[in-house]
Amino acid sequence: MESFTIKVNGETKTVQADADTPLLWVLRDHLDLVGTKFGCGIAQCGACTVHIDGEAARSCLLPISSVGEGAVTTIEGLSEKGDHALQEAWKEVDVPQCGYCQAGQIMTAAAFLEKNPSPSTDEIKDAMHGNICRCASYQRIHKAVKIASEKLS
Amino acid sequence: MSTNIPNTFSRRDFLRTSALAGGGMLIGFNLITACKEKAEMPVDIASLNFNDFNAFIKIADNGYVTIYSPNPEIGQGVKTSMPMIIAEELDVPWDHVNVEQGKLDTENFQRQVAGGSQSIRFGWDALRQTGATTRQMLVNAAAARWGVEASTCSTKQGVITNAKGETLGYGDVVKEAAALEVPEGVTLKEPKDYTIIGHDAVNVDIEKIVTGKPLFGLDYKKEGMLYAAILRPPSFGKKLVSFDDTEAKKVDGVTDVVRFGEKAIALRSANAWVAGMLGQSDKIAVVATSTWQAMKGRDALKAVWEDGSPMESTEGHDDELIKILDGSNLNTLRKDGDVKKAFAKADATLERTYESPFLPHACMEPMNFFADVTADKVHLVGPIQTPAGTAQSVAGMLGRDPKDIHLEMTRMGGGFGRRLYGDFAIEAAELSAKINKPVKMVCTREDDIGIGVYRPGIKYRIKAGVKDGKVTSYHLKEACINSNMYGLIPHFFPAGAIENYQVDAGNYKSNITTGAWRAPYTHFLAFAEQAFFDELAEMMEIDPVQLRLDLLQNVKGHKDENIQYEPKRMEDVINLAVEKSGYRNKKDGVFQGFCAYYCHNTHVAEVADVVIENDKPVVKKVTVAVDCGIVVNPTGAKNQIEGGVIDGIGHAMYGDLSFSNGTPNAQNYDKYRLIRMKEAPEVETHFVENELSPTGLGEPALPPAVAAIAIAINQATGKRLYKQPFANKLEVKELIG
Repeated sequence: MESFTIKVNGETKTVQADADTPLLWVLRDHLDLVGTKFGCGIAQCGACTVHIDGEAARSCLLPISSVGEGAVTTIEGLSEKGDHALQEAWKEVDVPQCGYCQAGQIMTAAAFLEKNPSPSTDEIKDAMHGNICRCASYQRIHKAVKIASEKLS
Repeated sequence: MSTNIPNTFSRRDFLRTSALAGGGMLIGFNLITACKEKAEMPVDIASLNFNDFNAFIKIADNGYVTIYSPNPEIGQGVKTSMPMIIAEELDVPWDHVNVEQGKLDTENFQRQVAGGSQSIRFGWDALRQTGATTRQMLVNAAAARWGVEASTCSTKQGVITNAKGETLGYGDVVKEAAALEVPEGVTLKEPKDYTIIGHDAVNVDIEKIVTGKPLFGLDYKKEGMLYAAILRPPSFGKKLVSFDDTEAKKVDGVTDVVRFGEKAIALRSANAWVAGMLGQSDKIAVVATSTWQAMKGRDALKAVWEDGSPMESTEGHDDELIKILDGSNLNTLRKDGDVKKAFAKADATLERTYESPFLPHACMEPMNFFADVTADKVHLVGPIQTPAGTAQSVAGMLGRDPKDIHLEMTRMGGGFGRRLYGDFAIEAAELSAKINKPVKMVCTREDDIGIGVYRPGIKYRIKAGVKDGKVTSYHLKEACINSNMYGLIPHFFPAGAIENYQVDAGNYKSNITTGAWRAPYTHFLAFAEQAFFDELAEMMEIDPVQLRLDLLQNVKGHKDENIQYEPKRMEDVINLAVEKSGYRNKKDGVFQGFCAYYCHNTHVAEVADVVIENDKPVVKKVTVAVDCGIVVNPTGAKNQIEGGVIDGIGHAMYGDLSFSNGTPNAQNYDKYRLIRMKEAPEVETHFVENELSPTGLGEPALPPAVAAIAIAINQATGKRLYKQPFANKLEVKELIG
């Protein structure tokens, strides 16, 4: 194993891991940041979505060796008090059923709204299409992203 | 028909109380049975004893209430809705209530199972009575302190008031209340007085969910815990011969490589319920200090497999199931009159065959479980829909006293029936016993879909005869892998509505493990039956809604106790769906499909709207009318309905788990397609308002959605759909948008 130093949620962390270890498992097993979820391991479902320098990234396929200087943000670091406009909107709309995919949904939406604060209905659908919700809470996810965008813009 | 008339409750043996050492009152109760005579109430929260009680309520001396919620949470919302029922009758403000998942160490538990949409239906009376009885004890304590009759006192929002207008908070009297006799004959609230039931309550775990706090089985950690990845047979039918772990052991962090599984094989032969990935072969576990290292170690194993039993394929299954439908070797599950004679006399008959493939559950959280088997106890933690049964299976497998098994349930990242089977917990327990270490078994998505438990492939053949403009005969045959419809399903609509009626079923035994999947059998039966009635109405040249209403007339006044769907309630949902969907006022370019169905004690009617966009049929909207009795938590109820409808559509459109040589052709979400946001239609829900006892909603909205879209697609395209997944037939990639 090798030593890697990465920036996560504003803190610098050093971990011992094999170079090919996906960031997902470093976050979950080494750093106890379990909000980022394992769903498929092949970047198809979006449950593992985090931000690297503000861009949405699938952490299940991203080796720790390639994170480098990139600033990693996870659901735990999205806001200090859990009050990001999206988190508030998620509560307002009562989005989750099982809840497992929702951190990934919120992280995808957060990176999207940074770039496009006033999206159309179709733009929201395009942006969120890559994240699977097996409980199919899509209608509420869409509504919550819309509400958050209205608050942010 | 069960009603909600407030009753007096004479059973007081279901509830016990104690004063907590640190202040406050504790109530322990059983949902269905009486408490055992020697059941002792704990006096501190750390020693809650779920052997003797299903659930507990703590009322602190500041009046705040903690409910240790009894049922497993798989996303169906019972962790919110069941405590709402207690809080309503207890008469406390909902924001003073905190809900925690009850742990489970039980041998006599009645229904701590999430499945079949039954949690609310079974819990309704006991939960209300628990709340009301506790409220009465608090009132009695306050009345005694004031020296007045309890009947002169009232409660509101956790405050007791006497005739003089003096008040005491619940927290003020908990100590005295805990010492009182449990009263009999408490009165329940009238539904019109409800302040919590019928009002939206947000998911009680929402704060933790949106901030990524540990909640799920995969999130659980314990000091010293190791992680295990398991190499299972590459196909159903293969057995392990030998393996070489040289490379696996070279992977950093790998602590153990062990062959195991013989105990699970023995258990499987004794208890088929826990089948799952167990039991057809030994397996190899690679145990390591992290999940990734365990997976890497597993991938470095070189295993030799041999053919144990035939490697089956979808083509073979199709042939076998059609043979069953064509043959005469079926079991008759219900028979009224004589369908053969009626077909011979009919003016016209219609016969159609409907087919569907295997489906995986594909829960977002892959199967996983923690086990720590020591000489003192067996500690199990994880996501499981059947905690009591699984604990018993583990005790049996390890030859342990059931009292040694301590099982903690976590929140579950989806269930859909998959977590009814405790195979993954049993694997973890056998492995921990073998290596003498605490270990968490983690499946990859490929493990989950590649060698799991599946909804089996099913085919239905339906034939009906029409004479003088009436449906006089109906014969449904079911051919399914491994099992058949059960319970009262053969007595669902149109049983009782058609004079000559028969349901037959046969199955083909496969070595591929199969089990329940959200709305077992009805998720496909509803499509076959209701799409058939639509086509039958077309043949008869009558309105398809009218055909259902006419048939329901025939069931009124029946005395058949097997028939539990209620014609009046079915009419109500049909009329509501027709009204709200604008079914009688069709818009240009919108093609509608109607379906009505009863299952899991709930009546549902749905209308799907399909439009043609870029020469493709697109499902735009589904209007749902539901009679589930009193709606406990409207936001949660609607969430279940929205999810059920879209889940049903997604699997009908895309779900396809075909097999070649004993192996599923899809093993992950790249090839196994789940519905996504752009394909999900709008779902609009309307409830029939009544004061009947509530029924569950995890399942009933799913089955009718499939027929509704199939019928609407036929309206739009002239194509009848008989085989799932529909998208194959329509030869389009992006059908729903």
